[in-house]
Amino acid sequence: MARAVTQKRKIINTAAAWAVGLLIFFPILWTILTSFKTEATAVADPPVFLAFDWTLANYHDVLERSNYARFLWNSIFIAGGSTILGLIVGIPAAWSMAFVPSNKTKDILLWMLSTKMLPAVGVLYPIYLIFIKLGLLDSRTGLIIVLMLMNLPIIVWMLYTYFKEIPGEILEAGRMDGAGLKDEILFILTPMAVPGIASTMLLNFILAWNEAFWTLNLTAAKAAPLTAFIASYSSPEGLFFAKLSAASTMAIAPILILGWFSQKQLVSGLTFGAVK
Amino acid sequence: MGRITLEKVTKSFGEVNVIPPLDLEINDGEFVVFVGPSGCGKSTLLRLIAGLEDVTSGAISIDGTDATGLAPAQRGLAMVFQSYALYPHMSVRKNIAFPMKMAKIPEDEQKRRIDAAAKALNLTDYLDRRPGQLSGGQRQRVAIGRAIVREPQAFLFDEPLSNLDAALRVGMRLEIMELHERLATTMIYVTHDQVEAMTMADKIVVLRAGHIEQVGSPLDLYHSPRNEFVAGFIGSPKMNLIKGEAAQSHNAATIGVRPEHIAVSTTEGLWQGTISVSEHLGSDTFLHVHEHGLGDEPLTVRVGGEIPVKHGDRIWMTPDQERMHRFDKNGLRM
Amino acid sequence: MATQHSRSAARMMLAPAVILLLGWMLVPLIMTLLFSFKRYLPLRGGDLGWTGFDNYVRFVTSSAFWPSVQATLVIVLGTLLITVVFGVLLGILLNQPMWGQGVVRILVIAPFFVMPTVTALVWKNMFMDPVNGLFAHLWKFFGAAPVEWISDASLFSIVLIVSWQWLPFATLILLTAIQSLDGEQLEASEMDGAPVLKRFYYIILPHLGRAITIVILIETIFLLSIFAEIFVTTGGAFGSRTLTYLIFQRVLESQNVGLGSAGGVYAIILANIVAIFLMRIVGKNLDA
Repeated sequence: MARAVTQKRKIINTAAAWAVGLLIFFPILWTILTSFKTEATAVADPPVFLAFDWTLANYHDVLERSNYARFLWNSIFIAGGSTILGLIVGIPAAWSMAFVPSNKTKDILLWMLSTKMLPAVGVLYPIYLIFIKLGLLDSRTGLIIVLMLMNLPIIVWMLYTYFKEIPGEILEAGRMDGAGLKDEILFILTPMAVPGIASTMLLNFILAWNEAFWTLNLTAAKAAPLTAFIASYSSPEGLFFAKLSAASTMAIAPILILGWFSQKQLVSGLTFGAVK
Repeated sequence: MGRITLEKVTKSFGEVNVIPPLDLEINDGEFVVFVGPSGCGKSTLLRLIAGLEDVTSGAISIDGTDATGLAPAQRGLAMVFQSYALYPHMSVRKNIAFPMKMAKIPEDEQKRRIDAAAKALNLTDYLDRRPGQLSGGQRQRVAIGRAIVREPQAFLFDEPLSNLDAALRVGMRLEIMELHERLATTMIYVTHDQVEAMTMADKIVVLRAGHIEQVGSPLDLYHSPRNEFVAGFIGSPKMNLIKGEAAQSHNAATIGVRPEHIAVSTTEGLWQGTISVSEHLGSDTFLHVHEHGLGDEPLTVRVGGEIPVKHGDRIWMTPDQERMHRFDKNGLRM
Repeated sequence: MATQHSRSAARMMLAPAVILLLGWMLVPLIMTLLFSFKRYLPLRGGDLGWTGFDNYVRFVTSSAFWPSVQATLVIVLGTLLITVVFGVLLGILLNQPMWGQGVVRILVIAPFFVMPTVTALVWKNMFMDPVNGLFAHLWKFFGAAPVEWISDASLFSIVLIVSWQWLPFATLILLTAIQSLDGEQLEASEMDGAPVLKRFYYIILPHLGRAITIVILIETIFLLSIFAEIFVTTGGAFGSRTLTYLIFQRVLESQNVGLGSAGGVYAIILANIVAIFLMRIVGKNLDA
């Protein structure tokens, strides 16, 4: 709508939108602020907003006491590993369905989507049992495999959507120009698909990082990632708001930053291309 | 050398038979145009020759050697696509170099050919740009450049001008024809535009529903179309096809008269009608005339130069008997 | 649109993904089905033989079943209502011309990226704690007695937490849908004399219909299986035990695998009913 909007209306819009935006963001902001307070200031009545003695003591405490680094490393390892493994399996599958579709392609895509809808709790015990049998319980390898399988449908779908947008004629031109399958993937497809692959990677890293059913139920001490680390604060002793905030801030900060980069892909990724 | 022979070639997609058994001979150095309405199988035929589709049965040979099972790249053909299909992540130079890189041609030879092609196609100043920064006409030239440097046996063009605006289209048409004169390489060109076919081709192949309706030089098709379809498809404006009494008086099911073969008079003639629309172009005047004895379709008449008539005027028309086409009830030329 | 050669290569590349997913789906599914017809107590005698449909009957007749269905419905429907209504309003608001649109968008989307255990713990403690929580301070400021959110209003609390988490998702999708609305269509309706509310009702809402359906279906599938939010807040107590949580307790806490598996089969059937509708929409989109 190419029409001049009155200055007054724009001011009202801006004020309303910022108010709502800040309200929604407030819990995160409050968590970040609290992480810099002492435990006493964190529970002060009335609450202190900004005028307190900023301290890094909580970060220090959390890092020292709970072996934070191991949880962090587990999170990175599990989320990263499952994403990379998912891409290794997903890229060829999406490529083949996007560029050499058959009359079964649509059914395969929908079937893959349907596996994503299987409620995890329905297969909890079998997976649990298989994990015990294979010695995968509380291992990072086990979680990598489960999270990879869980997110594989989304990976394939997102990549499929991106690959679909690469015109087939360009790949045919490559074939006319003498590019074999290897050259085609190396010189033509991959460079053109890099943005799509990158955003698929990003979104799936986030989803795996935040996954909190399998990571809580299939780990104990060794392979537990940050989700489980935070959950351990659910039955605390003494004052812990500031430390909880520091731990939470560390757990969500990297993903918030990544998430802001992936917000455009979020819509088509999570709706399986149904909304663009 | 670029002699291409198709023998009893067929193509089916599942149950649907797109190309029935088809034979075609394309001679070395010829400019052949496949023309027909959309869905006639002309692009499929081109892609079969390119090797981008497998033939269902039959054989394709290039220069006497069987190429039916060869991969596209091994056939020694180059193709210019409708969408140009340039690699968006490569510069113009890299786009043009790509087929040579795949063929492992030495770097200095690559450079020589790129420079020559760029000079011939006016692309020298654009070699380091990306396709996204070029105009439609420039992209088209890059696509042609990429085809030239391979020094192929034959060029394949798939509706290459359909994405250009009208003015550019005429210019590019001339450039492609000059290219053909210069290289004297076989070119196969697919279009739905019969004007392109008429102006560019040595030999036109008119296709409908996978069938070859007629093969011949542009003027062959113009003067003696083999059937009603070719008669109606070739020539602009379209030939008037008249059924009924007027046709029976010539012992035919249908008679065809081209708009330029009808003489107009305000006083006397064979048919009389009322002008519904008159288009004055200066060089020509096109009249759309209703004559109820000749059916509901208006007759199109082309008059050279300017004549002072307008909507609602009654005029007389006389077809040139010498240049009248007669067709039997199966639509075949008599 | 391809040759034989590329077609067989394509099949080879598709195979690993299909085989993996097939295994991932079938093996546990078949095991769950088998267990559901057995009396299976790993800590108290293990596999005690077949029992027919006993587990299925016992699962739905247990005193915990109907309350869990109720809790599930309240959480799913409550969250859907809040996220869709506010999602539409927020989507429209964010689509208006303003300063700093990008920043506001980021603020609104942020909760979606917070890990569920963090979300639940921050809300439970720093907002809903009856002594030190922000809500308690706020209530006291207005002279009211602080509410014991987690125990007295457990379902409402969970709905609030989960809605905060999912509102960004709904907003983002609905905003995307609103942005795709043809401006000329709105201008045409304005020319036709439709006032603002009518334009919303007759043009914007129908346009959003598909997006709203998709939001509802996808959220339903995720909400039916929320776990961490309950695990770290109430632990299933105070009437907040959902179907998912009940099954989890049967399987891992009381180690009654047969009974839990029967519940799992119910959950799978329920999810599939929702999934069918979602797949229809997505499938149609594939054809287009």
